[in-house]
Amino acid sequence: MVDTAVERRAFADAAAALGCGLGVALGLVLALKSTDPVMAFHGSLLALAGLAGGLFILKSSFGPDGGKPADDEDYLDGPIKVATIAAVVWGIAGFAIGDFIAWQMAFPALNFDLPWTSFGRMRPLHTSAVVFAFGGNALIATSLYVVQRTCHARLAGRWSPYFVVWGYQLFIVIAGTGYLLGVTQSKEYAEPEWYADLWLTVVWVVYLLVFLGTIARRREPHIYVANWFYLAFIVTIAMLHIVNNLALPVSLTGTQSYVVFAGVQDAMTQWWYGHNAVGFFLTAGFLGIMYYFIPKRVERPVYSYRLSIVHFWTLIFLYIWAGPHHLHYTALPDWAQTLGMTFSVMLWMPSWGGMINGLMTLSGAWDKLRTDPVVRLLVVSVAFYGMSTFEGPLMSIKAVNSLSHYTDWTIGHVHSGALGWVAMVSFGAIYCLVPWLWKRRGLYSLRLVEWHFWISTVGILLYITAMWVSGILQGLMWRAYDSLGFLQYSFVESVEAMKPFYMIRALGGLLFVIGGLIMAYNVWRTVRGDEPVDAMEQPRIAAAPELRPVAAE
Amino acid sequence: MSYETVAAFSQVSSLLFFLALFIGVLAYAFWPGNRRRFDRAQVKALDLENDSNSRGGRT
Amino acid sequence: MKHATLEKNSILLLVCILIVVSIGGIVQIAPLFWIDSTIEKVQGMRPYTPLEQAGRDIYVREGCYTCHSQMVRTLRDEVERYGHYSLAAESMYDHPFQWGSKRTGPDLARVGGKYSDQWHVEHMIDPRAVVPESIMPGYPWLAARTVDAADVAERIKTLRAVGVPYTDEMIEKARTDLAAQADPESKAARELLQRYPKAKVAKFDGRPGGEVTELDAVIAYLQVLGTLVDFTSFDAAGPSLR
Repeated sequence: MVDTAVERRAFADAAAALGCGLGVALGLVLALKSTDPVMAFHGSLLALAGLAGGLFILKSSFGPDGGKPADDEDYLDGPIKVATIAAVVWGIAGFAIGDFIAWQMAFPALNFDLPWTSFGRMRPLHTSAVVFAFGGNALIATSLYVVQRTCHARLAGRWSPYFVVWGYQLFIVIAGTGYLLGVTQSKEYAEPEWYADLWLTVVWVVYLLVFLGTIARRREPHIYVANWFYLAFIVTIAMLHIVNNLALPVSLTGTQSYVVFAGVQDAMTQWWYGHNAVGFFLTAGFLGIMYYFIPKRVERPVYSYRLSIVHFWTLIFLYIWAGPHHLHYTALPDWAQTLGMTFSVMLWMPSWGGMINGLMTLSGAWDKLRTDPVVRLLVVSVAFYGMSTFEGPLMSIKAVNSLSHYTDWTIGHVHSGALGWVAMVSFGAIYCLVPWLWKRRGLYSLRLVEWHFWISTVGILLYITAMWVSGILQGLMWRAYDSLGFLQYSFVESVEAMKPFYMIRALGGLLFVIGGLIMAYNVWRTVRGDEPVDAMEQPRIAAAPELRPVAAE
Repeated sequence: MSYETVAAFSQVSSLLFFLALFIGVLAYAFWPGNRRRFDRAQVKALDLENDSNSRGGRT
Repeated sequence: MKHATLEKNSILLLVCILIVVSIGGIVQIAPLFWIDSTIEKVQGMRPYTPLEQAGRDIYVREGCYTCHSQMVRTLRDEVERYGHYSLAAESMYDHPFQWGSKRTGPDLARVGGKYSDQWHVEHMIDPRAVVPESIMPGYPWLAARTVDAADVAERIKTLRAVGVPYTDEMIEKARTDLAAQADPESKAARELLQRYPKAKVAKFDGRPGGEVTELDAVIAYLQVLGTLVDFTSFDAAGPSLR
């Protein structure tokens, strides 16, 4: 037995080192051969990453522990720690960039007349940083944690989980620096060019295999429902990513490519992708978080397991149809618009089913809302989920959409979901995870969580109310007629009217950034091992499992 | 085959198909025989009755 | 034995998920490729000239779509503000589409010909010099950069591979066409106009004899937007939809 384990380990090390070598070779070829400076830069990044990975593998293979079989009894938490820290770091970067471009809209001089700091290049950097870097790392961290704990199985693969996490960080760096240097294919939330897309595809397939492999090792007959949501997220994002990014590069050593679809078909494919990036990345994945972390933190089972199953299938079935509501009254055929609207309105039901399931899990433990700010973050996030999934179907109705589309109302709607739901539920999960992963007695300070909660909640409220007012005002100004039947306002008058709301929004965003910094400080002190300052106020569940006091019956 | 016939056929057939899917999901979720595994999964998967940080729960 | 069925269950779950999430996309996307009426039959649409396409690539690079839509919806106020509502045919050579999703600035689907080249030059370099209330970033670097003409033929060839009807001649002459569009009096410019009817030929950035700049390219692109379709021969209710 031991011999095969040693052999398998040696084989895994060799294969991983070989993969790193391939990365170095490919990176060097691109760095030296490409006449495109951005491609050369990204090639050298790949080579450096391969070199670092290869050295790490060789060191651990021939180091003092080398040759010993892995301790298969433990969970594999190293990659999860990396992704958790990455979520915090990228989160703050993404919020800060978002707030910076919010100030740009109030004070355009902040564009500095430079290509790398102009709004058009910074906005994709913001959206990708928050959705894929912050949200993606939160999802990778929680999914790899949840699948091990609910399956009672160690992650599949020796190096694959590390490859998923670090390969994903490399994708983020390549995509982000690319935007600033002008490399984009301009498909919203799918801006990275063909080579970054290919790299992400490789990383994502390994992620899927690690996840499936871990489920296959499970000791429980039933696959817990949170894993269903994670699996749907991983598989569907793979499908959407591949189809929407089908493109033909101009040269294999250049960054430029052209998307294979054009015009109306491209628009439909893009918003089929774009809306389901919301549906499967920002919703299904984070519902996986909800279905594990809320019951776990309040220490009682999910309100209705049956409802969660109905929730799952109806949600994934209905969501995939909703894309065309981004294209109402455009050159997209009417039948597609009507289908999109109908399914978007129906989507209200599973969304609220899920919200009720999350909220009602607290029944009988509502006092925790008062005593544990981490529970409050999780629960308020679900409330925001309910609010934005009510607003969404409303805005997908054609008559409403004719007013709301192209305005700041859409931006406000997105942020009530992104800040209120996605970010808050991630904060809650991160606050749970950090002491559990680093084996601490609790968070450094629960009171700082309290501050984080209130500051970001006020920030979100400022943000979305400013965008409601500005969005509706904008929509009304564009369609206003004077008594003689002429359009009442020129476009630029509507721009001028936005200024105070853009300032309020930027202020709200600033509060949200400050909240993120408070979290980073708290996480850092916890990881460093500082004793909790308010240990007595923390619930027993805040501590790592092996450090928890025995529950009083 | 006119547009109207194709549209009517596809609308009715997909309505029935979606209905069947939905009933299938409901049946799975509420099937009496599944009650036990769901009740078990709900608690066991989250280790709600005992805390453990090692693979395999109590063992 | 038991383990095998367990593994099968996770694969079964995976397959069920894939089936359920595929249906919507198949029903909504696939028909757009084979229903003829999706894209109207119109007169006047042609592929972009090499200079316009270069300008379009810069438009994409700078993320203009984050603030400007290119899609006039079928609503009264939009038609009055921007012009005839956009047709699917007008973006059929757009890889990728630029319909956009936000109007921080006005729609650009029909901006072609609305302003002079000189206005665009001043506006791109310092938007607030011509529109004091504007919040658009300035793009002064476009005027200082020579347009990258090295791989223009390759780009056009790639576009043909994804379905834009460029001819062999257009690919062969791509580099000369790119320079010719910014050189009004030349013989090459007259040839360009035969290949690309209605193309605007001008030294767009107002510096005759100078290098072809990125600003030339962007303005050439802006000036063609929405000008190609002949709406005198277009009948929304008639045979153009067949």
